[in-house]
Amino acid sequence: MLRSRSPIQGCALTEPRDLPPELKLEQDLGAGALLVPAPSGRLGAGLPDGGDVQAVSSGWRLAVREFASNRLAVIALIVLTAIVLFCFVGPLVYHSDQTASNILAANLAPGGGYPLGTDENGFNELGRMMVGGQAALEIGFFAAGVAIVIGTLYGAISGLVGGFIDGIMMRFVDILLSIPFLLIVLVLATKYNGTVPEISLVLGVFSWLAPARLVRGEVLTLRTRDYVIAAQTMGSSRTRLIFRHLIPNAMSVTIVNVTFLIADSILALAFLGFLGFGLQFPTTSWGDMLGNAQQYVQNGEWWLVYPVGGCLVVVVLCCNLIGDALRDAVDVRLQRK
Amino acid sequence: MLGYIIRRLAIAVIVVIGVAAITFAILHYLSPSPANVVLGTKANRAAILSWNRLHGYDRSELAQFISYLGGIAHGNFGFSYVQSQSVDALFKENAGRSAYLSGAALVLSLIIAVPLGILQAVKRNSPGDYAATAVNFTLYSMPSFFLGLILIQFLALDWGIFPPGVSDTVTSTWQAIVHPSQLFLPIITLALLNVASYSRYMRSSTLDELAQDYIRLARAKGLSQKAVVLRHLLRNACLPMITLVGLSVPYLVAGNLLIEVLFNYPGLGLLFFNALGKEDYNVMLAYTLLGALLTVFGNLLADVAIAIADPRVRLD
Repeated sequence: MLRSRSPIQGCALTEPRDLPPELKLEQDLGAGALLVPAPSGRLGAGLPDGGDVQAVSSGWRLAVREFASNRLAVIALIVLTAIVLFCFVGPLVYHSDQTASNILAANLAPGGGYPLGTDENGFNELGRMMVGGQAALEIGFFAAGVAIVIGTLYGAISGLVGGFIDGIMMRFVDILLSIPFLLIVLVLATKYNGTVPEISLVLGVFSWLAPARLVRGEVLTLRTRDYVIAAQTMGSSRTRLIFRHLIPNAMSVTIVNVTFLIADSILALAFLGFLGFGLQFPTTSWGDMLGNAQQYVQNGEWWLVYPVGGCLVVVVLCCNLIGDALRDAVDVRLQRK
Repeated sequence: MLGYIIRRLAIAVIVVIGVAAITFAILHYLSPSPANVVLGTKANRAAILSWNRLHGYDRSELAQFISYLGGIAHGNFGFSYVQSQSVDALFKENAGRSAYLSGAALVLSLIIAVPLGILQAVKRNSPGDYAATAVNFTLYSMPSFFLGLILIQFLALDWGIFPPGVSDTVTSTWQAIVHPSQLFLPIITLALLNVASYSRYMRSSTLDELAQDYIRLARAKGLSQKAVVLRHLLRNACLPMITLVGLSVPYLVAGNLLIEVLFNYPGLGLLFFNALGKEDYNVMLAYTLLGALLTVFGNLLADVAIAIADPRVRLD
């Protein structure tokens, strides 16, 4: 009756953190050991038939509350939102020409009409940071999206099918995991045209391995749960099992992983840009803008290095902080401590 | 244990062959033959065909792959047509310098990270712990080249203590060792990045150990804090570092790539980077394979080393 991912959802109706430890442990055991006949009147009475929707949403609500209580993560979320707004809404407010270069206005120090100066092509650096940020964030999100879709499906199928095929599928993941990510992406980068979808795809196609492993691990424990067995007994097809039961319940693992994937993809894009394998000129990303950073530093053109680099570090830092907080929020073992 | 190692080695060989197959297929898809690189883009079709026939590039992909594998088994990683040298010779020339950079950075980062992590755990939730965690987290989120740039800005340009790049006089590994100031910035950049992740693990593993009964016993029998930490805690808390070092071997190589490019230090990473621009496929293939080999054997070594260091770990 409870489609719970974890024992904690059984007691999500009460506030577990406020309870004395002995009582909490007992409740966890009570709810986790066997969910079908509710151990006390506490669970059974309140829930109508098919009350699973309520139970799931309260699990999520608990995670959201846990997340909101982490002040650092909330600050990170606010900063990240501010940067996203800066990149995507900023150009609507602050107009600058980012397609035609202007050699006469190259390498100007901040001041006059250029709050952050201009780069070697005469582009307004502040406007360029917005455009570059758009590309970096878009690629980060797209690549993470590609990776998570492939990884979740692959992991869920491998975990559910099990046996010999699972073994083969996971050995394939092991082999791909042994290839250093950056190297293989760079090898492919020698031939691509440097558009946003293309780079997202290349980054995504080589970063689905970690989520695949995580989801498989989760599915291995989920498929022994009563509700999955019940669904199987009722004749659910494998497709239905995967999409209706396994993937939604492995969602917590996936969501945590997405934030780290975004951070990693943005970093990887920065590496590509720095090495000169980023987006095609005149489109740009933060990494591309740092491609000649060494020269800028030597020429004392600090405005071309530190604002962009700072943004990059802050975005990755925020994603990592949010990911850590999400992991704590959905990690049952930590909550039970 | 021996049986375990043999089984793992057998799996490792299969994984390496798999990696070789995948990288070979990708490179082959990108560029079926280096003929264009060798003969130039304007070479006529007949010349390319005859070059391909002469060097075996007209055979089927499978036959080419098998002969490549055969070459690897004999330590022959192909020929760099761009540099007109065998890839082995190029690697032999550069590997020592890369290993020195990585090795020095690794040792330095362990020297910093282990005491730092223990100190943070022992004095947890103190202002110092928070500050160290904040710095570590920021470094952890920083692209390696950006940290390198900041260090160049302050230590090389503003204060003039170290040179901003490695000079051309550093031609051999020995030169690199006897001119430590030349390599100070690349080594410290890599080391700081490693410290950022190592000290996090060190801190949490120390926290786990501090909660163990044997620590409580050591305290109860009246040992000083120093004795508890140095004689009892240190050895146990360091165990996860063995795994971590093993797992970070390939990151050291890939991290090297950016640091070597940034500081213009002639190692394997710079070799690979230059090969990328010139489509020197055999060098690219060999470097990727080397990365995969290090990953596989780094994992294996870490597992075996932890079993030797920690008798509670049983391999079977």
